[in-house]
Amino acid sequence: MPLELYLDLHSQPCRSVFIFAKKTNIPFDFKFVDLATGQQYGEDFGKISVVRKVPVMRDGDFILTESVAILKYMAEKFGTSDSDHWYPADLQKRARVNEYLSWQHAAMRAHGSKVFWFRAIVPIITGSEVPKEKMDSAMEDLTLSLKVFEEKFLDDRPFIIGEKISLADLVAIVEIMQPVGTGLDLFENRPTLGAWRDRVKKELGEALFDKAHKTIMDVDSLPQTFENNGMLEFLKPKIQKMFN
Amino acid sequence: MALEMYLDLFSQPCRSVYIFAKKNNISFDFRKVSLLEGEQYGEEFGKINMIRKAPAIRDGDFCLAESIAIMKYLAEKYQTSDHWYPADLQKRARVNEYLSWQHMGIRMHGSKLFWLRLLIPKIMGVEVPKDKMDGALEDLEGSLKLIEEKFIGDKPFIAGEQISLADLVAIVEIMQPVGSGLDVFEGRLKLSAWRDRVQAEIGKELFDEAHQGILASQEMVKNMDSSKMQVFKPKILRFFL
Repeated sequence: MPLELYLDLHSQPCRSVFIFAKKTNIPFDFKFVDLATGQQYGEDFGKISVVRKVPVMRDGDFILTESVAILKYMAEKFGTSDSDHWYPADLQKRARVNEYLSWQHAAMRAHGSKVFWFRAIVPIITGSEVPKEKMDSAMEDLTLSLKVFEEKFLDDRPFIIGEKISLADLVAIVEIMQPVGTGLDLFENRPTLGAWRDRVKKELGEALFDKAHKTIMDVDSLPQTFENNGMLEFLKPKIQKMFN
Repeated sequence: MALEMYLDLFSQPCRSVYIFAKKNNISFDFRKVSLLEGEQYGEEFGKINMIRKAPAIRDGDFCLAESIAIMKYLAEKYQTSDHWYPADLQKRARVNEYLSWQHMGIRMHGSKLFWLRLLIPKIMGVEVPKDKMDGALEDLEGSLKLIEEKFIGDKPFIAGEQISLADLVAIVEIMQPVGSGLDVFEGRLKLSAWRDRVQAEIGKELFDEAHQGILASQEMVKNMDSSKMQVFKPKILRFFL
């Protein structure tokens, strides 16, 4: 029985899991969880995961959440000596991958997501733009994360751990692409970042990269979907919380 | 050259790294970084970790940040007992699952409460508005519920029969709001029972030693010179934006 991956490509961690499985030829059943219609809150999905988030992986009767855990599981279970670079056995290289994967939750991911919500989702729900102060603050945080990324995590290396792409680069690129989907060109005036993005795209394969990112690059259709599915009312309190 | 660990035991991730190294008899040089005095922003520490956070380690010429990366590195290098980070694929995945979830799942909420209850009033001289406090408490409650129901469930420890890095990282984060005077274990039988098991596995003496500072926070913060903490004002103001 192949793996089941519960995914919605609007979600950054779903994209990294999708790309990794495709790139390394791991057969899987794509189980669509439609976040824009609130499917993650339904009874059926609740049986898969009480946390009500995606991605989720089911391997036989083993269910696993959290993309970082899923990626490591897949890398170890299906990995070969050729694919070692994704999650290297070398102690220090592996530590560098772990270091990035740990740091990024509260940094790149948190700030990229926030900017995405502020630009693409909150205005739909509240009917008005996010106050300038809040938007500026969110952009500042994202800018700082990108600076740390370029200076510490990339430095003068082609990829985060050195010569080869790893899970760290994959997780990084999908998060950076989230605010990019709202029309924010984060690569402009960031040559180091742009050059790294080109290398990552080449390693993953442009067709696969574009396929994974098609959904997020097309967020203009979200307003109508939200309206059609009663998500406007549902998301209002959640947005309110964000501003508390 | 000895392993150097740059720590401040007020910090949850510093405590997990400290406990892990001590428990496994890994010898190290304890280099104190006084976070509330802003030592992490100094030139020296910048050479160890340009992200300016603790914990950080220096092993020869290899510098590493992020407690989870550090503990996995130490576990592998010093070949600690398997249960800390099991080789078994599914058990390891359960540990990784918790370690990933917890950053935004509990760490963020526990830290926030500590700041809201103790540090912000001290530095800003005002109590935090009720709706912000209530919101933060709600988030923490939600996290603790998920820890009890999903991560611990009906198992003795998160990965199963034995303690692992997941339990260690969990307990130090849960102890942070406790340090601010919030008894999160009250009324939570499952969580308390798990806490007792974790403490027993770590050893009461080591656990208490690691938590001595944070549990004395209320008194310590009272006596701090708030003028020396103004460097944190911008960070705090962002909370209120």
